Amino acid sequence: MSAQNPKARTLNIDFMKWRGIAVIVSLVLSLLAIISLGWHGLNFAVDFTGGTVIEVKYADAPDLNEIRSNLEEAGFASPTVQNFGTTRDVLIRLAPLDKENGDTGNALREKVVEALNKNPAFKPEIHRMEFVGPQVGDDLVEGSVIALIASAFFIVLYVAWRFEYRFALGAIFATLHDITMILGFFSLLQLDFDLTVFAAVLTIMGYSLNDTIVVFDRIRENFRKIRRADSLEVINVSINETLGRTLMTSFLTFLTAVAMAIWGGDVLRNFGLALVVGIFVGTYSSIYVATALAYKLGISRADMLVPEKEGEAQGRP
Amino acid sequence: MRNHFPLWKNILILLILTLASIYALPNFFGEDPSVQLSPARGSALDQALVTQAEKALADAGLKAKAVELGEKRLLVRFADTDAQLKAADALKAVYGDRYTVALNLAPATPNWLRKIGAAPMYLGLDLRGGVHFMMQVDMEAAIKQAEERYAEDIRTMLRDSKIQYLSVDRDNHVIKVKFQDAATLGQAENTLKREMRGLMFSEEGSALTARMTDNDVREIRRLAVAQNVTTLRNRVNELGVAEPVIQQQGEDRIVVQLPGVQDTARAKEILGATATLEFRMVDTEHPTPTDETKTPIGSKLYKDRQGKPVLLQRKIIVTGDQIIDASSGLEQQSGSAAVFITLNGPGARKMADTTKENINKPMAVVYIENKTETKEINGQKVTSRKTVEEVINIATIRDRFSKRFQISGLDGSDEARNLALLLRSGALAAPVDIVEERTVGPSLGKENIKQGWRSFIIGFSLVALVMLVYYKVFGVVANLTLLFNVALILAILSAMQATLTLPGIAGITLTVGMAVDANVLIYERIKEELRNGTSPQSAIYAGFDRAFATIWDSHVTNLIAAIMLFGIGSGPVKGFAVTLTIGIITSLFTAVSCTRMMVNFIYGQRRGAKLWI
Repeated sequence: MSAQNPKARTLNIDFMKWRGIAVIVSLVLSLLAIISLGWHGLNFAVDFTGGTVIEVKYADAPDLNEIRSNLEEAGFASPTVQNFGTTRDVLIRLAPLDKENGDTGNALREKVVEALNKNPAFKPEIHRMEFVGPQVGDDLVEGSVIALIASAFFIVLYVAWRFEYRFALGAIFATLHDITMILGFFSLLQLDFDLTVFAAVLTIMGYSLNDTIVVFDRIRENFRKIRRADSLEVINVSINETLGRTLMTSFLTFLTAVAMAIWGGDVLRNFGLALVVGIFVGTYSSIYVATALAYKLGISRADMLVPEKEGEAQGRP
Repeated sequence: MRNHFPLWKNILILLILTLASIYALPNFFGEDPSVQLSPARGSALDQALVTQAEKALADAGLKAKAVELGEKRLLVRFADTDAQLKAADALKAVYGDRYTVALNLAPATPNWLRKIGAAPMYLGLDLRGGVHFMMQVDMEAAIKQAEERYAEDIRTMLRDSKIQYLSVDRDNHVIKVKFQDAATLGQAENTLKREMRGLMFSEEGSALTARMTDNDVREIRRLAVAQNVTTLRNRVNELGVAEPVIQQQGEDRIVVQLPGVQDTARAKEILGATATLEFRMVDTEHPTPTDETKTPIGSKLYKDRQGKPVLLQRKIIVTGDQIIDASSGLEQQSGSAAVFITLNGPGARKMADTTKENINKPMAVVYIENKTETKEINGQKVTSRKTVEEVINIATIRDRFSKRFQISGLDGSDEARNLALLLRSGALAAPVDIVEERTVGPSLGKENIKQGWRSFIIGFSLVALVMLVYYKVFGVVANLTLLFNVALILAILSAMQATLTLPGIAGITLTVGMAVDANVLIYERIKEELRNGTSPQSAIYAGFDRAFATIWDSHVTNLIAAIMLFGIGSGPVKGFAVTLTIGIITSLFTAVSCTRMMVNFIYGQRRGAKLWI
């Protein structure tokens, strides 16, 4: 391939033509996500709900029903006992403790271990145990919600300051769209939603925005450069020009997220998965949601002309 | 035109990269199983100990890889865990009572790196195994205790001033004192207002109500946590854990992390011990006997913190629950460090009676800890109660004590602060509950490290491969830049002595995917310029120049989200936020300057060169 003339054809896809369909797709998917969230809710992990998770490994495959009844006898209401990975690995979930009975974490482990050791034929080895008090869980939910709102707020502020309020609205709408999609995905498949997944959601917020901003940056530049074209055309050109970068970066980030989802083990699996979903919808939303909304709100050349830098539009070195 | 950096810029970039690589290095040397001895109760830590320890090991037929004398500990490294465990037993037998003997995994950083202060990151519990407790201090109880003390104080004070009152009740954070008539009320109000500055008084009919001031409440909350942190720290030392973390988190929580500990039952027993205090007179009439059988009647033999025997009278003057307050500060006359103690009414009376008759005689403070201990004897679990008594201070009585008195002549403000905290913890410890407990087995920790790094290596390789195929020479440049970026992240994390967690590793992996975005932005711009027919040198120049604003914007927005993650503040996710934040910042540097430097080096001087992009 000649280096001086790589991929000579310039893309010219009329992205904006499809924006009507995109709006419908987005609305339907968002609605689906919201319905699922209302219906099933999220399968919150122990980080948020409080309660106990215990991972035990047995030398031989144990009888799950027996473990369950032993735990019930020890006073744990409706414990979930299931295999994960192999038949010798058992995952046990216990409901949050009843604080009224004065049952704090102080004696919990002993009670659980005693129940698990009841049948001497199966000696379990505790791999991991997590106990989270209900108050801690509540605080975490509160902290997470605040973090989410605060990031949204600061991002809008930055975009509005750096660009224009219509861009900021487009950007924040796209971000909300992405978050709804990830949450909907986790709700629909009832995947464990733990603190790491929440971290992924916040990361996607920044990431999706990053994509959006690259497109916005180009739109602003092109508004100043291309004098004789309407807004729709300028937006189309800008999306086409940044498409190579958008796809490439999304693909590369997608690769690292996939690596974590497949090879990262139990802890990173859902984290990677949330990123994968987020990267897909983030890429889509930066084109259709953010830009289409900014257009709908009526951005035009006039809004872009204010802070033009010396030599930016015409200056070639 | 040509693209080149001035020499100083090149040198600066290379210098940063070299330093980063050196400081990232310690993370690749692994760990030595070792045993550490930290002195308890003022035992010596000197060269003599090194010789003794070496001899003790030689007697046990063990060979240490290295024996290192540090500021706070003696570290003995071994080649394998087997030798480490045997050595720990051997050293415990000899030094167990004077030193805390703990197993440790000491970083096997080579000497030359250690000399320049390079050290590896600290591994989080999810990567090394151990127990994590989060404890909540019961603030309600702490405040209730304080209010009860105030109520008791008011009673005593009114009694002492011979003011008649009907009742003193405490309800819903209000102390209510009822009086017969308005005249006594006024009299009482004057007296109480003068004496009790921590309370706000107001009149309510024939009753006087008092509330704690906000300042006072805040102070009590602060002390309740500080004091619990101190007691926990003292107790954790007993557990023989190499690198415990005891930290306040939020307003009323304390996090205790014990790496390598698996026996949570024992850990809880030790952490949950309760303490009391006793003031006793020193028995100066009899010589201090060498063992307990020769103790004279009416006296009891104790040991002080250095293990020296002290003979005290059996009669207790005052116990810890009669202490209302203990704080450290400076003595007004001499300016030396002192501890100020306030007793309640009955305590003060007893103290006054005793001290009046014993001026110029020594008085001791005994610290008593009650622990439960579970041991397995013949397959049966036996729980026993154990009491540890220790003399923490001896001072000479100078004058008759009143309600408030001070212990002075202490060795500096540290000792004063410690004594005050011990006095408080023996007196009015606010109860703590365990609200979160996480145990990670050591094998799971190892697996987590393995999976974390495996996903990182695979992710990195995939990105590198795609970059190479798609951008050719520029791809190689981007990959080198990525490598430098990772080195820089590791170096900064190591220099900060940050804790690496599994989500932290995920943060580094993700940074690889996101950092490369800057390169993609630049390269796509260069390609675009080339398509528009610009000359290679101008295309390079314009590519870097124009992509910068976009790179800057996208980094800032990513940074905002990453920083917000700190706010949630839980351990592992904080690790993710740290690595992501650092990664975003370093990638701004590497993508712009390192990439530019290498591109300049390869193409900058060649007019009309073909760009392999």
